[in-house]
Amino acid sequence: MEKTKPITSKETAKEEQPKEVSAEKQRVVRAAPKLSRSPLHGLWALTNRDLRKWYTNPIQLLTSLIQPVVWLALFGKALNFGTFISGSGATLIQQNAILQGFFGTTSYFSFLACGMLAFVVLFTSAFSGMSVVFDRRFGFLNKALSTPVARGAIVMGKVLQSVGRSLIQSAIVLVIAIILGMETSHFTVVGIAGTFVIIFLMATGLSALFTMLALRSSDWQTQVALINLINLPLLFASNALFPVKIMPTWLQDIVKVNPVSYANDAVRQMLIGATGMSSLWLDFAVLIGFAFVLSAIGIVLSWRLLSK
Amino acid sequence: MSATQAETTMSSIIVTVENLSKAFGKLKAVDNISFEVKMGEIFGFVGPNGAGKTTTINMLTTLMKPSSGNAVVCGYDIFKDPNEVRRNVGVVPQEYTADEDMTGINNVLLCADLYGIPRSDSKPHAQELLKLVELQDAAKRKVSTYSGGMRRRLELACGLINYPKLLFLDEPTLGLDVQTRTVVWKYIKMLKDEYRMTLFLTTHYLEEADSLCDRIAIIDHGHIIRIGSPEELKESIGGDVIVVTLKETEPDISSDIANIKLVKNVQKNDNNYRIKVELGEEASPQITDLIRSKGLHVTKVSLTKPTLDEAYLEFTGRSLREEEADRMQMFRQRVTVRRARS
Repeated sequence: MEKTKPITSKETAKEEQPKEVSAEKQRVVRAAPKLSRSPLHGLWALTNRDLRKWYTNPIQLLTSLIQPVVWLALFGKALNFGTFISGSGATLIQQNAILQGFFGTTSYFSFLACGMLAFVVLFTSAFSGMSVVFDRRFGFLNKALSTPVARGAIVMGKVLQSVGRSLIQSAIVLVIAIILGMETSHFTVVGIAGTFVIIFLMATGLSALFTMLALRSSDWQTQVALINLINLPLLFASNALFPVKIMPTWLQDIVKVNPVSYANDAVRQMLIGATGMSSLWLDFAVLIGFAFVLSAIGIVLSWRLLSK
Repeated sequence: MSATQAETTMSSIIVTVENLSKAFGKLKAVDNISFEVKMGEIFGFVGPNGAGKTTTINMLTTLMKPSSGNAVVCGYDIFKDPNEVRRNVGVVPQEYTADEDMTGINNVLLCADLYGIPRSDSKPHAQELLKLVELQDAAKRKVSTYSGGMRRRLELACGLINYPKLLFLDEPTLGLDVQTRTVVWKYIKMLKDEYRMTLFLTTHYLEEADSLCDRIAIIDHGHIIRIGSPEELKESIGGDVIVVTLKETEPDISSDIANIKLVKNVQKNDNNYRIKVELGEEASPQITDLIRSKGLHVTKVSLTKPTLDEAYLEFTGRSLREEEADRMQMFRQRVTVRRARS
């Protein structure tokens, strides 16, 4: 290798007597160690990089919890459908029958608490795209792209960190909801585990969606606009806040193609034993499909869109 | 493995670029360029902002797909084997890409993970590299507390983590003060001299290219205008320039001066003579003697050696100017400069 020095060098004279290169220095030019060729290498490193920002910054964690807790404590408690019905002269039995008929449960607060889990997932996932934009703006994305890390791992790292946040934040919101009076009589271990599987699937699908929308973007204002454009319709055209039964038929049709509705439906069946919109199996099938299809699209798009 | 195989097949040329072009819509950022980089040299891409330097680096490091043409980097085709190219080269981008919320050492380890380097190797190697760039004491501090020079050195350590044979440096001293700049130059020279690494850098500082590079390609509007060593480029614009100021404006003795053997060309401007000569040191006493022998008085003599700036001016028809770049590029440069000065 020493013989292949350029001749035009100003320092030719100096290089003719090559210096003693110490063992430590030779390490840099020595053959590199065997590099991992697994398509998954670097995935955890990328995921953990984003998660670390969040778990080492408790203020960020706390502020992200404010919104769902305000919804639960203020909106959920203020909208007391029980009093609403009993105030119009119904007996307790009638009142419960009406609530059961509409909400599938006698407690609107418990109904809403389940919907809030979807709310947390929606808004946490939405910001996965934002983090892609900032990585692009500050050059980290280019650095990652100049390494042999799989392009799909860059996308899935963003998805997984957002899934991690969603799982933990919704667990915290669930605990707060229980403290605020959510009905727990139907809780089972399987039900709770199933709830988190649902949250995992919904967060995967939604984060993949928002990440792929940000793959080409370097503009965070557009991302904010996109988040509102997508999130509010997904939230309001779902059964997160109100049961599908009370909606006009045109809206019901939309609610029934919205994967968020299936997540809410499954969570309500498993946590509060509510009578559902569809069968639990269908709920799971829809969400597995949603998570799988959107992740696959995200990975395929990452191959095409990440290099210019 | 792949390293030795690549070395034997590519002999002393480490980068071959053939008719490489990149168009963004109508704008041809890089227009049909061809060049070679020899193993072990410092090769510099010099040109104004928007000349196509970063675009070329982005193509060679597989961040961008060329519109046409091809390149072989470290023995691997950038189209067919982008991942092999990525494994073999190091990249120090123009921006400070380190994660501010992480410590220096964790940033280097993150890069190692992205290359798929096992932790058993990357842990000691990251320590060594931080020691190399004299950041070992700051290794456990968050990058947000680093100065501009420290950040640049950290980027260098990250770029070296995968044992590259070829290191790309995009504007390695952008926004740094003169002192820090010389420190970065020291590392670049060290990598070449002691580590036998090939370096490919871009810069719009001509003095940087002059003092660092073995060979320079002057690039403007996506075209390579000249390639050569700094000396060759300076010589090719023709020798030294002597400016003589006389007390008297008349008579015009241009033709007498032009008769001196070493003189190539004389221009008179009032009482100034701008004289292009071959060997400035020898020519100037001859010129002053001649002027005195005519009974005229010399009030001032200056001798200018050609600089790369002049060569640049000669080749491109203008001095190295700041040209408007696209919005994103300007944003990144501002961020870089701001952080460099923090």
